[in-house]
Amino acid sequence: MPSPVGQAPAEHPAVSRRRFISLVGAVGASIAAGTLSSGLLERVRADALPIADPAATETRQWVMLFDLRRCDGCRECIKACQKMHQLTTQQEWIKVYELRGVSGQPYFLPVTCQMCQAAPCTQVCPVGATYHTPDGVVVVDQDVCIGCRMCMAACPYGARVFNWDAPPAVPAMLRSSTPEFRVPQKQGTVGKCANCVHRLRNAQLPACVEACAMEAIWVGDLTEDVATNGHDTVVLSEFLRENDVYRLKEELGTEPRVFYITGHGQDLEY
Amino acid sequence: MLTVERPTVPSPRDDGLVDAAVAPIIRHGRGSTMLMAALAVPVLAAVGAWVYQVSHGLSVTGLNSQVFWGVYEVDLVTFIGFSYGGALVSAILRLTGAHWRGPITRLAEGTAVVTLCVGAVFPIIHLGHPERLWEMFVRPNPTSPLLWDMVAIITYLLATLALFVLPLVPDVAAAAEQPDIGERRRRLYLRMAAGWLGTPEQRRVLDRALTVVAVGIVPLAVMVHTVLSYAFSLTSRPGWHSTIFGPYFVVAAVYSGVAIVILATAAYRRAYHLEAWIPALAIRYLGYLMVALAATYAYFLFTEVTTEGYVSERTTEGVLYVLLLKRYAPLFWTFVALGLVTPVLLVTIRRTVGAITAAAGLVVGALWLKRFLMFVPPLTQPLIGGSFGRYSPSWVEWTISVGAAAAVPLLLILLFRVLPVLSIDEMAHPEPPAGDVSARGLDDTEGVSR
Repeated sequence: MPSPVGQAPAEHPAVSRRRFISLVGAVGASIAAGTLSSGLLERVRADALPIADPAATETRQWVMLFDLRRCDGCRECIKACQKMHQLTTQQEWIKVYELRGVSGQPYFLPVTCQMCQAAPCTQVCPVGATYHTPDGVVVVDQDVCIGCRMCMAACPYGARVFNWDAPPAVPAMLRSSTPEFRVPQKQGTVGKCANCVHRLRNAQLPACVEACAMEAIWVGDLTEDVATNGHDTVVLSEFLRENDVYRLKEELGTEPRVFYITGHGQDLEY
Repeated sequence: MLTVERPTVPSPRDDGLVDAAVAPIIRHGRGSTMLMAALAVPVLAAVGAWVYQVSHGLSVTGLNSQVFWGVYEVDLVTFIGFSYGGALVSAILRLTGAHWRGPITRLAEGTAVVTLCVGAVFPIIHLGHPERLWEMFVRPNPTSPLLWDMVAIITYLLATLALFVLPLVPDVAAAAEQPDIGERRRRLYLRMAAGWLGTPEQRRVLDRALTVVAVGIVPLAVMVHTVLSYAFSLTSRPGWHSTIFGPYFVVAAVYSGVAIVILATAAYRRAYHLEAWIPALAIRYLGYLMVALAATYAYFLFTEVTTEGYVSERTTEGVLYVLLLKRYAPLFWTFVALGLVTPVLLVTIRRTVGAITAAAGLVVGALWLKRFLMFVPPLTQPLIGGSFGRYSPSWVEWTISVGAAAAVPLLLILLFRVLPVLSIDEMAHPEPPAGDVSARGLDDTEGVSR
């Protein structure tokens, strides 16, 4: 059960994961190299997400964490998310708001699905098409969703995105039809961030975490009490405590599983 | 008792009441047929627009990720609101024994059925996947306000049908006696009359059944409209999350419902020269009822704006700002002027059938606008940051809405080409003045002109 990396902040690998990937990318141009590198990448990512048994979905309880001190509003997370889920450029499952604090200084606020444990959206769905997975992630079953948009009305964070248009064509090899990872999206249904739980369960980082050059996005597991931004690994509970984290619209009692670290004099109301 | 030879059904009266009640059935001129043809055009266009929407998806609407609900929800609440008014007018007048109700109850109940049928289409039209509606029945989520909506609307439809069909029993029996009614209609009427002979026992049973339905439909209608409001007020959105929304919806519904009953009554009165049977007084009383409801609605509106505006939390302040002062201000103040002030002035100062009808027309249109202002501006408000949302309905949404509006008179004309438009029995047997509650006013016709 106890994981050596989960106990304390891990030392940085000698070669950083990012540099390693770019190295591999430079070398492997052919298909053969591609298959080889993907095998290697798998191992490296497994290191980056230090969890004992990634397949144990019953016990995992995923959380996300945004370090607002680091976010520079580059929107790379949005692009990576759209690429991962084959979304159009209008569909942002992670949004980056540019806001101003009380003393006028600008800051950026990335907002995904807050994975509320007392979720208003799942409660109002007339057909139970949106629900919590055992690992605490809110997903939409687009084979069931009737497209009434009641969940969008109920969500206080504007995290849900309707598929008004037919999705762009997607090559067969990229398709997936689970509620956790639906590619392409189904027209006439609601889509949303699912923490890339399909990747987490395979010990891979969510697309946005991987894409964040500022290492501002963290993903963690409450059960094993560990979190990583793909570079550093920390004890989640200590990290949360030390950084005086807050959650969006705490007063609504939605119990989000997304935490924010302030540091630019942010407005705690949002 | 019932096997004895067929006694004459109490009516075929020589005073022409039955004749007047079936006038739209037998003596409809070319005018009403042409009107029906004219109304069928927008209705068919709406059907076409919906087919287009189903095949292309909701991207053909003006809806977007921020304003994801629009005129379909406005239409839904508006048409079901009309229905509520019709049913409530009929039921409450029945329960309070208002003697002047006789000529208008049939039209009120018919309007209730027709507008509910039109309104009940919109929860389906607004779906991204209307073909999955069956899931509401096979995998319902009991905590969803939309599920409550569906249960409420279906129950209410059944109750409204009962309220329409039960009082018809003696009337169709009388109409079946009418010589020039036609064989097919006579057969339909006799079946609907279910052996009605007007015996004291039958009358007692019918009265009791009607009382049950009339008593039941009042709380049911209140619940339906409150539950409709829950689709909005059970969210945390500023401008929607409000305790006043339930009663607000209920009052708006009766207000617009009385208005549409006035319109239907005035139209039939004029078109079939039923002035002798539908006294101007009945329409004037409905007008007074409408004024009382206008006052109640204005009071609710004032309370809402004051409690939210005085405290001005950052989120609700934004909604009020666009509503009262910014983008939606012209529409909002138009509503106040044309939906509240003008109708009250028209009814209280002019008091003629023409003025009251004009006031009712204004109310019907203005309350559609008011629902738009209740639903859309709060959605344009950003929840966290970013820009304000925008929404302008597409031609598909307009075509479907106009078609639905045309479907109401079309269905009403069709309905009263088959069934008697006046409550023959109620008018022929006015209630014995039960107590003194309603014994006055029969002759109160001074000042009422066409």
